[in-house]
Amino acid sequence: MSEMRLKTGLAEMLKGGVIMDVINREQALIAERSGAVAVMALERVPSDIRKDGGVARMAAPEIILDIMDAVSIPVMAKARIGHFSEAAVLEALGVDYIDESEVLTPADEQYHINKFDFNTPFVCGARDLGEALRRISEGAAMIRTKGEAGSGNIVEAVRHLRTIRAAIRKLTTMGEEELVNESKLLGAPLQLVQIVAKTGKLPVPNFAAGGIATPADAALCMHLGAETVFVGSGIFKSSDPERLANAVVEATANYKDPQILAKCCRSVGTPMKGLDIHKLAPEERLQERGW
Amino acid sequence: MRIGILALQGAVEPHAEKLRSRGAEVVEVRLTRDLADIAGIILPGGESTAMIKILHKNKLWEDLKAFTATRPSWGVCAGAILLARKVTSPEQASLDAIDVEIERNAFGRQKDSFIGDLVSTPSWPKEPVSGVFIRAPRIRATGPDVQVLLKWGDEPVMVRSGKTLLSTFHPELTDGTQVHDYFLSFCQP
Repeated sequence: MSEMRLKTGLAEMLKGGVIMDVINREQALIAERSGAVAVMALERVPSDIRKDGGVARMAAPEIILDIMDAVSIPVMAKARIGHFSEAAVLEALGVDYIDESEVLTPADEQYHINKFDFNTPFVCGARDLGEALRRISEGAAMIRTKGEAGSGNIVEAVRHLRTIRAAIRKLTTMGEEELVNESKLLGAPLQLVQIVAKTGKLPVPNFAAGGIATPADAALCMHLGAETVFVGSGIFKSSDPERLANAVVEATANYKDPQILAKCCRSVGTPMKGLDIHKLAPEERLQERGW
Repeated sequence: MRIGILALQGAVEPHAEKLRSRGAEVVEVRLTRDLADIAGIILPGGESTAMIKILHKNKLWEDLKAFTATRPSWGVCAGAILLARKVTSPEQASLDAIDVEIERNAFGRQKDSFIGDLVSTPSWPKEPVSGVFIRAPRIRATGPDVQVLLKWGDEPVMVRSGKTLLSTFHPELTDGTQVHDYFLSFCQP
């Protein structure tokens, strides 16, 4: 249990901040300079993964090491769902957090990684409370919404935040005997269901990801209960990445203050183009990955 | 008693819970006006580079510097980095509220984070505590007026000078409220 405290402890330190996807040293330095609390080291941002097709895998170690060398803030990296060997490589490289991510092509269509096997903390995506609690029962120390990565469209992250929040609220109103049945319906362990019912929140930090493209998107996620935001393609696919990165950081820290938010939304250039979720074919929806 | 917590980013809520459990009222500090009516301030853990950035954006740097120069202030981990006189690895600006030199991420990365039992010095008036160290900084030098309260092995991990308290570990992440009680004791008018 003491180890879990170190894992969720680092997530506590990232709260209220912005975690940015970066693909090289230059982008990592821009992210750090703009006030990011951590970076996610990738070979391609999600919108490019979507465009290029093919199998998306863990980033090459030399890219990750170069980014770790460049910045003093924590560095995260992604492993494919179920690919515990990629996770072992990332742990050996010394990354600070591993994202078992649906953005990469899954390596296992039945099982996720047993994250208790690792000292490095894991973050996993979830669309609903059952999925979040299954990931926590496998050892995830942070949950993020899946949203729809690389879409530049906030609608799915909003759906997932609201879905999880509504399900948590429902649990807090239930009697003990109802929780047993609800645990069955959620496909989640009763013990975790009981904890959530009692505390009214997830037992690990809950962050937002997938489709955040503007300062106002980030603020919306914070209002809906996200404790930190991940911005993937949104920053470096915009017309003026450094300016937008600064604005998203400022907006996240001051999300309750409309005056500051209005200032953040001015002169940030053109955000990434974005996709209509309803025009994505089922196989193009990255959020469907994960079990 | 109203106690501020710098709430630009980081582990704000765990401190708020501890303070409330001891009967204090919590004020989240984001702008200068939030400093107006508080008896002391906690600068929590988080990422010091991000906090510095937002301190400047929110035009809070100078006012927080003035506050922490004279009023009860407790810096935890990243907050300790903000309050120190000199910061290394890399060098960065700080509020210079206490004569301490501190090195960022000095134990290494997250894989080097740990929980350790701390050694009380005769200056520590409370029960012994254990320390959660997360990508923690290390105190590399202290001035003559700085008193060491707790050590990990031989090195200082909690120090005090006047009304300024620094800890490189996270008392908000362990059970008990000894350290919060200690800080509250010198926030009393």
